[in-house]
Amino acid sequence: MNELYSTRNNNLIDPYVHVWGWEIPVYLFLGGFVAGMMMISGYFIFKGRYKEEKCSCHYLPVISIIALSLGMFALFLDIEYKVHVWRFYTTFQVTSPMSWGSWILILVYPALIIMLLINPNYFLKEKIPYVKKINEFFSKHPYLVKNIGIGNMILGGMLGIYTGILLSSLVARPLWNSSILGMLFLISGLSSAAAFVHMIAKDRYERELLAKADNGFLIIELFIFLLFFIGLFTATQVHIDAANLLLNGPYAPVFWVFVIGLGIIIPLIIQSLAVNHKIQHTALAPILVILGGLFLRFVIVEAGQYSTWITTTLAK
Amino acid sequence: MARYAMVIDTKKCVGCMDCVVACKTENNVPEGFNRDWINFESVGKFPELHMEIRSERCNHCENPPCVHCCPTGASHVSNLGEIVLVHHDLCTGCKACLASCPYDARFINPEGYADKCTFCSQRVEKGMNPACVSVCPTHCMYFGDLDDRQSEVSKLLTSRKYKTLIPEAGTKPHVYYLI
Repeated sequence: MNELYSTRNNNLIDPYVHVWGWEIPVYLFLGGFVAGMMMISGYFIFKGRYKEEKCSCHYLPVISIIALSLGMFALFLDIEYKVHVWRFYTTFQVTSPMSWGSWILILVYPALIIMLLINPNYFLKEKIPYVKKINEFFSKHPYLVKNIGIGNMILGGMLGIYTGILLSSLVARPLWNSSILGMLFLISGLSSAAAFVHMIAKDRYERELLAKADNGFLIIELFIFLLFFIGLFTATQVHIDAANLLLNGPYAPVFWVFVIGLGIIIPLIIQSLAVNHKIQHTALAPILVILGGLFLRFVIVEAGQYSTWITTTLAK
Repeated sequence: MARYAMVIDTKKCVGCMDCVVACKTENNVPEGFNRDWINFESVGKFPELHMEIRSERCNHCENPPCVHCCPTGASHVSNLGEIVLVHHDLCTGCKACLASCPYDARFINPEGYADKCTFCSQRVEKGMNPACVSVCPTHCMYFGDLDDRQSEVSKLLTSRKYKTLIPEAGTKPHVYYLI
């Protein structure tokens, strides 16, 4: 017998920590999704595809701005002292990934707006004279445009990695004690974004390219999961217990069915058949990938909070 | 700068919760929340059972994860003597510190900021003991400066066997339990 009876009963803490609800997984998912879209549109700009009329890099920055704003609104809803939200921007705390993230988000908006101005839509160009002038400036400087593409890819990578490091830096939650979470969330974000562009792209070349790329991302994601669990199983007992929460514990059904099965394996099979021209491209696989990415954030955030260093049973 | 620590004798503690009541009274801790609490840990198999009673609170760690992860600098180590405190007017209530504490010692005050034990810094400033230490009826709690060899806490830690909570988390707690 090893039993712990506690008189503590603090809200959000007992019987187990649940400080973050739906807002944080949604924010982390949208952050990763935007990171992926920044990297994809940055790549297309770098490759000079922005000159093509149907290139997705013309509308991805607008979608990214909307998605990121929704994510930040979810984050705002989660914050308990809402009138103090501006305090994030009065300091830079080098040891705090959340502080890094706040400043990265501030850089992401102008980067997306600049990418949007490289090839703005007709409405923006005609109604706002400055937009036309900026666009003309970019047309004369293709080298600068290439660098903007590179800048967006780098910033997108930083944003995607940050969403994972935010959790992995929190030492008290054994499930999150793995720096590979940064890579996992980056690849998952890239995969969701590739699936989304695959679904909505008007250009056939882009659809094919992103379906193939997404297959690659999904395979890499499976390998990262393998490394993630190897890391936890070769650590201490609390880390092994944390890994088992996902593998055969209370979160196993969601993890195996929605994250691995419907989120990775099934869409990987469908997309492999599609890129080999055995079946037609449909929206089914991309939708499954995107929902899988969302479920991944939910299951990691929820199970991570449930995991603890206190191994004894709490009897209330 | 002093290095304040608390030493709690688990052989004397009876779990009366006077420390909990004193803390709530001294610090106006809101209803339904606790800055300190009592844990009763039972280990063994009948008839070889052992129970340890511990008065627990923020461990005012030397390597505090809550301070490292705070995005605004609200969580900080006070100059008063390595006491971990929260600037209420800097805190955004992001809850990163709650998630980063292995002892789950923090909570969100109904006003929105992160709240926790302060070692009664308002009393320590005046040279007094924290409220919980002052009221303990079995005198099982001690408070003092680890850097002062003549302090009661230093003497106890050199003469008695002790432990800290979850040392494997690497936080170097400043609350010691005599066992």
